[in-house]
Amino acid sequence: MQNTSNVIESLSLTNLPIGADARVVSVNGEGRVIRRLLEMGVIPGVSVKVIKTAPFGDPIEVRVRGYSLAMRKNEADSIEVSI
Amino acid sequence: MDTTSAKPGIKHQLTIALAGNPNAGKTTLFNSLTGLKQKVANYPGVTVERKQGAWQLNGSAATLIDLPGLYSLDATSMDERIARDVITGQISGVKKPDAIIAVVDATNLERNLYLVTQLFEFGVPVVVALTMIDAFEKQKHEIDIAKFSELLGVPVVAVNAKSGRGRDELSETIHSVLAKQPKIPFELNGASENGGPHGKIFARYNFISDVVQETVKHNDRREHKLSEKIDRVLTHKIFGLLILIGVLLFVFQTIFSWASLPMDLLDQGFGAIGDFVRAEMPPGILTDLVVDGIIAGVGGVLVFLPQILLLFLFISLLEDTGYMARAAFLMDKLMSRVGLHGKAFLPLMSSFACAIPGIMATRTIENRRDRFATILIAPFMSCSARLPVYTLMIAAFFAGKTVLGFVSLAAVLMLSMYALGMLVAVAVAFILKRTILKAPPPPFIMELPPYRVPNFRTVFQNMLTRAWLFVKRAGTVILTISIILWALMYFPRSGQTTAVSEAESVSKQTQTDISSQDIGSKDQSPNTEVQSESDQLKHSFAGTLGHVIEPAIRPLGFDWKVGVALIASFAAREVLVSTLSIIYNVGKDENEQSQTLISAIKDAKTDDGAPAWTPLKALTLMVFFVLAMQCMSTLAIVRRETNSWRWPIFMTVYMTGLAYVAAMLTYQGGTLLGFQ
Repeated sequence: MQNTSNVIESLSLTNLPIGADARVVSVNGEGRVIRRLLEMGVIPGVSVKVIKTAPFGDPIEVRVRGYSLAMRKNEADSIEVSI
Repeated sequence: MDTTSAKPGIKHQLTIALAGNPNAGKTTLFNSLTGLKQKVANYPGVTVERKQGAWQLNGSAATLIDLPGLYSLDATSMDERIARDVITGQISGVKKPDAIIAVVDATNLERNLYLVTQLFEFGVPVVVALTMIDAFEKQKHEIDIAKFSELLGVPVVAVNAKSGRGRDELSETIHSVLAKQPKIPFELNGASENGGPHGKIFARYNFISDVVQETVKHNDRREHKLSEKIDRVLTHKIFGLLILIGVLLFVFQTIFSWASLPMDLLDQGFGAIGDFVRAEMPPGILTDLVVDGIIAGVGGVLVFLPQILLLFLFISLLEDTGYMARAAFLMDKLMSRVGLHGKAFLPLMSSFACAIPGIMATRTIENRRDRFATILIAPFMSCSARLPVYTLMIAAFFAGKTVLGFVSLAAVLMLSMYALGMLVAVAVAFILKRTILKAPPPPFIMELPPYRVPNFRTVFQNMLTRAWLFVKRAGTVILTISIILWALMYFPRSGQTTAVSEAESVSKQTQTDISSQDIGSKDQSPNTEVQSESDQLKHSFAGTLGHVIEPAIRPLGFDWKVGVALIASFAAREVLVSTLSIIYNVGKDENEQSQTLISAIKDAKTDDGAPAWTPLKALTLMVFFVLAMQCMSTLAIVRRETNSWRWPIFMTVYMTGLAYVAAMLTYQGGTLLGFQ
């Protein structure tokens, strides 16, 4: 899905700096992982924030809809956000 | 469509289903409504747990079904499929629910409501039970429950399972919705066309956001201060890991040592009961069956209880406080390199004490294949029952030697056995995940629930339920195999032994007489008893079986006597020690530290006069024990946890096969290299 504004840059959730407030632009792809992300409330328009990464760099902890969600980086890759 | 029209005057039994997210307080509510009147089993043919209980609902008992904790009902996982089938009345033996209680965590409204919007589609009356209200209020949020209920279109009851608040209201509300055709509060028709393949999901969440926005006032920013602070330490890159290691070691140590006192007591207790029964009953086959077969068998089952109770106490505490999720978070990277889930860490760690509670603990792993992979490799973690075997072999052949001048060979060997087990486990997990258990990698996506003080009643209930399940399902298998093994070693009775063996025992007796005259101090009667024990074993079916498998185990350096011991240790690995004691005429009361047994092993000869044991053969035996499936209790529990005989059989075949090959390589390779 394209973002409509040229000024707002979008990046993947994996690259979102820790602590930055962002909004989900799109969740790209198909399959169980995508479906699960959506069902857990990670859908376009929702605000999201990366809290931390685990000791070995993976998984990451994300704050969304008022709760904490952990996911692997390769799962976070499919989530496009904008700050 | 089902119309449960309540005919006046006829009370029919109600079935209510309890649905909700994991960590939403569903189980606590279930426990408080049903008390101890619960029944846990498996749904037919699958490993999904079926939990029901009796709920006293306004005078009559209703069946309350605790559905598995779910985030969604769209039928992709087994849990979801089963839950759908239960709600639509398609599970045999389970009546279609007359109503559904949807448990919603007030501190996590939006995501919890997703499942609720799906429940509306089934045409079954829904009542929302709003939990965690006290935490909600403590965080200074506000909710207009009346408006919330109006916008959702279903009754909403605030409940506090611990204090009982809302329980009566819940019962009344259930009655009021029954037999009324539920209106579907939230129309999804047409929404899916607009949003593409995921249109339904977006539509549901839009509805939810609207409802929440109008009825809930969130107290911004102050919400998760405490949980966040705790997490800063517990999931800290360094401290978090150290704390986790500490916690795991503590749990492991507890199961290993704290459990040993009650286990010894149980052991002695059953021994005492056995002695008592033997004294009271006339000597004969029946008495022997009761004492050595049944009582010993039952004792052999119950001796696991202290470990199981302790492990599940810890697991419940770790899960209910929310720490388990953090542990999985920390360990996931390491575990996924091996193809396992982060939550596999605790079960595998516990398996170093005993695989039985370890395997039961894999229940925390939601994904079936990940769980099975963990179950299949858990026995490679050298359990405490193998220690007597290692200790005996090392003491007999490797004592007192050092490596590199200062490290004891004994310690190196012991460590190597553990390492061998772990390496093989990793390799097998890797292979399994690529072959039989191959599947697209399941999502890791996991909620990190807020830290909570556990409900101790729930914790104890869980502990007792698991223990009881073990006794009931695994216990029957263990008891049966115990009796079979007893019979194999008991029959035929030595009174019927052939003339050859009589001559054998006479000549042995003469030799013993001569040697005891030399030493001048041995009393005759213990020798005779020990001798007849030994003869009995040698001429029993087990002894015959030992002879039968001897050609197969000779490439491993073992003779038929070792064969008998291997067969007997199928009951429990440490039985190898007592069986060798009997066979080498040392008596069954000796343990692995007995000098008599150790000397007997060193002096033992095979039937053609060669030494029965050499350092290489001892090493081979240890290698065999690291890898072989030799514990009937493990098989029984795998059967229970996988709900089929296919996996225990597979486990036995592949593990024993691996053990055989490894042992053969050790012995033959060692011989070729010139070792003894």
